Amino acid sequence: MEPVSLPAQSRVALCGGTHGNEMSGVYLVRELQRQKLEKVGSATLTTVISNPRAVQMCKRYTDVDLNRCFTDAILSSPVTDATPYEVRRAQELNTLLGPKGSVGAMDLVCDLHNTTANMGLSLISYSDQDCVILHIYRQIQRKITSVPVRFILLDLPLADAYSQDSLGKHGFSIEVGPQPHGVVRADIFNIMKEAVDQTLAWVQCFNSGSAFEGGEVDDVYTFVKSVDYPRDPETNEITAAIHPQLQDRDFCLLHPGDPMFLMFSGEIVKYEGVEVLHPYFVNECAYYEKSIAFHLARKMTLTIPPLQVKRD
Amino acid sequence: MTSSTNVSCFHEARRVAIFGGTHGNEMSGVTLVNLWIQNGKEIQRKGVETKPFITNPRAVEKCTRYVDTDLNRAFTTENLSAPSGDDLPYEVQRAQQINEIFGPKGSPEAYDVIFDLHNTTSNMGCTLILESSKDYFNLQMMHYIKNAIAPDSCPVLLTEHPLLKYSTSRSVAKHPIGLEVGPQPQGVLRSNIFESMRVVLKHALDFIELFNKGLEFPPCTVDVFRVSEKMDYPRDTNGNIIAMVHPNLQDCDWEPLNPGDPMFQTFDGTTIRYEGAGTVYPTFINEAAYYEKQQAFVTTRRETLAAGAIKKT
Repeated sequence: MEPVSLPAQSRVALCGGTHGNEMSGVYLVRELQRQKLEKVGSATLTTVISNPRAVQMCKRYTDVDLNRCFTDAILSSPVTDATPYEVRRAQELNTLLGPKGSVGAMDLVCDLHNTTANMGLSLISYSDQDCVILHIYRQIQRKITSVPVRFILLDLPLADAYSQDSLGKHGFSIEVGPQPHGVVRADIFNIMKEAVDQTLAWVQCFNSGSAFEGGEVDDVYTFVKSVDYPRDPETNEITAAIHPQLQDRDFCLLHPGDPMFLMFSGEIVKYEGVEVLHPYFVNECAYYEKSIAFHLARKMTLTIPPLQVKRD
Repeated sequence: MTSSTNVSCFHEARRVAIFGGTHGNEMSGVTLVNLWIQNGKEIQRKGVETKPFITNPRAVEKCTRYVDTDLNRAFTTENLSAPSGDDLPYEVQRAQQINEIFGPKGSPEAYDVIFDLHNTTSNMGCTLILESSKDYFNLQMMHYIKNAIAPDSCPVLLTEHPLLKYSTSRSVAKHPIGLEVGPQPQGVLRSNIFESMRVVLKHALDFIELFNKGLEFPPCTVDVFRVSEKMDYPRDTNGNIIAMVHPNLQDCDWEPLNPGDPMFQTFDGTTIRYEGAGTVYPTFINEAAYYEKQQAFVTTRRETLAAGAIKKT
């Protein structure tokens, strides 16, 4: 593959508390602010608590989910008295870290999240062509061996990209689980800290001119579709739990006929799709209200080109 | 209750309640109780009126622990005897209503047994919570349950403590029993946790049925963990926590914590060690709801309680 050269990543942003009860990011950002970490080699580091009101209440959000407010449509919508808090905040963050899609945006936005699902360390991003993100992923995957490290691809055009990381020229989320919302576990915090440290180390290396060789990255998962819980048609209440054979087995293989749900009545609901896929975000607390029991993904390998910083 | 030849006699346990949703985001109890409200066949036992009941419906609806104040701390004498009114916090009003239906607390009209279903983010397994070391009926029930689920274990937490005991919703009954099952995140329903709770309740109701039939239960002993001390997170002068439960302590509920063992890890990686006088057995380690109650975990001490023989009057 042709080597790629890209501009230095001079302005980096690290965001925590986008969901106010996902505690690793909240405490990690606060700790970096306490240490007054503002530079990473030649790059500047901006640390942000994205949803301070939700953090203060230790809730995911106050009015609406902040991490669904970064589509072009919502960012450009007019603000009235009725505008939800998180929409206003998204527009503020767009001014601070963006504007999304413009020359003035942060070079790299890294957004920190936790999940109740057993997803280990997952990086989530929109593009399979972004060399910066894919090289960061490869570095993290090589250096962190205490947990599985995976890459999740959301195939959406930039205008429809809804999460905060889409504000940057390059952006990704770091998702670490399992951790209950409202709880900070030391082991999960330590993993997130290592992932952030590796990201900032990569940026420093890249900016100082290191050449990163091309090659293959595996454990890349592309979102295909979501599956909801079985529900009572009248009350819409769930009538089953994730089956014990699926619970905590994010990224396993789900074959046609494999158990998905165990009804409270004892029946088993099996996967009836045709394609063998990989479930993830299995039993994420915040997704009950979004009618999602888990997502399904296809697994693939990507080839990434050699990468080096563009010299002026 | 009368005693003759060292057998304590209790009235038949005819009125039994199962409380779910005392904390609206503890999903096993909410789900089980809603299931049983729709179809109570599973909890029916001969001669027993078993009433499933959602104690905090507003909190359940919002999938939050509480609306105004923690319902499971609201059953104080002060709250229960306060003049009723709409200006009272929702949960205090609710406590008064529950006391009327299932109490009054401390009176002969109170329900015989109340099971209160809870989940915890702590790795406590299937814990039974006992409020009085002298409640032979409850001790015998817990002894029965522990035997029935062996080799799986069912630790018993004794909350009898002048300062640490709290006024629970179940305390309205003559024989209050707490079921605390974890680990489960708030707002999440895990199948294995749900089924464990269901099995423990089945054995509890079996015990009541056997007792009501006239079976005499011989004297027994029950190993319990008696609450000792509440341990808060290290905090800065603004009250923010500056350390997390140490990875060596996390998930180690009911295991010994010795002086010198790691207890907390600061955000910049320093270990803070336990400096108590002797070995303790921590529990409720890293419970989400207890950050605001200034509790990282609670220490307990092991004790063996004796229960005399019991049978129905």
